[in-house]
Amino acid sequence: MEFFLTHLVAKYNFWLYIILMMIGLYAMIAKNNLIKKLVGMNIFQTAIILFYVSIGSKKGATIPIIEHSGKTVGHALDPAHYVNPLPHVLMLTAIVVSVSTFGVALALAVKIYQRYKTLEEDEILTRIRES
Amino acid sequence: MKKLALIIVILSGALLLYATKDFPPWGDPTSPASVHVSPRYLEKSLEETHVPNVVTSILADYRGYDTMFETTVIFCAGVACFMLLRKFEVEQRDLYYRHIPTGITIHIKGGKEIPSTSGEFEKIDTIWTPYDFIINTVSRFLVPFIQLFALYVIAHGHHSPGGGFQGGVILGASIIVLAIGFNLRTAVKRFGEKIDGIMSALGVFIYSGVGALCVLLGGQFLNYGVIAKVLPVGKAMARSHGILGVEIGVGISVMAVMVCIYNNVASEGKYDEGL
Repeated sequence: MEFFLTHLVAKYNFWLYIILMMIGLYAMIAKNNLIKKLVGMNIFQTAIILFYVSIGSKKGATIPIIEHSGKTVGHALDPAHYVNPLPHVLMLTAIVVSVSTFGVALALAVKIYQRYKTLEEDEILTRIRES
Repeated sequence: MKKLALIIVILSGALLLYATKDFPPWGDPTSPASVHVSPRYLEKSLEETHVPNVVTSILADYRGYDTMFETTVIFCAGVACFMLLRKFEVEQRDLYYRHIPTGITIHIKGGKEIPSTSGEFEKIDTIWTPYDFIINTVSRFLVPFIQLFALYVIAHGHHSPGGGFQGGVILGASIIVLAIGFNLRTAVKRFGEKIDGIMSALGVFIYSGVGALCVLLGGQFLNYGVIAKVLPVGKAMARSHGILGVEIGVGISVMAVMVCIYNNVASEGKYDEGL
């Protein structure tokens, strides 16, 4: 019972992200279709992004936009009052980069389809051996 | 193969789950990630840059190099899509036209085009698409509002959630709405391929140009404080303006690359008909 309270209830977010990440990893290894592999890669990236964002959260804190009057804070600023902005910054760029890498991956998949007329991995391998 | 994959996945998953034992509880304000560098950002951001949104000030100022090369990565992705897929030779194939007053579809064999000066005929995609008045009108009306919202997201990123990356993606979406609602040719006519390529490079150029401006004014690369020498503002406000310039560069680059990726992937590099 104590194990559940200290490890599962307090950290269930990490468990969920690891499960999501493993779904993505399984799709990347086991699926035969290249597009399904790409979707697996995207699920994997999403799990990492969620993981980072949840590292930065603080209980009872608000978004990292500082309340201010004019150009000064006006009162003592407590960092525990705002969530950690650093993971947000890192993931903000990671999201856009993941979209562009997905675009390049799709372009490669289109090229493969034009050449071998299929996206199934085993069929591509047999066609490479035949030629 | 599938069984092997399942074993690998279960093993690594179990290892990772075991490792969560050492993680701090969720939402702990004293977790190691939140006690070292981020309190300094939170405390000093408003004072040093006059930007209340700490995410923006870290993105474009404290970690400006990171974001600059992130923008370069996006630019490279656009160039890679273009190089992989773009085809310039036009292959001869059958064309389809719609006679606008009567709605009759005409199939022309041998690739002869009806000149676009005769306003009665409209080129349509090979996969026959019926003329849809509602979709056309709604997507046409939506475009300016999406673009206005995108400009708001870029320009107001200092004070509310937003910034160059998000606004750029929304701007790109406004062009993609045209490409989906009408067809790819309409979108390319409005936002041409040449302009698209120039803008994706221009964004990176603006970003590094703001950095180089700081060097020319006698400071360090991307240290916007020295812009105060040419603008009638204080040092902290100059940083805020430098961040705005950088965000505009990011927005332009991201928009152009999103449109470039969509056009190339959707039309397989032929730019004649999309999805």
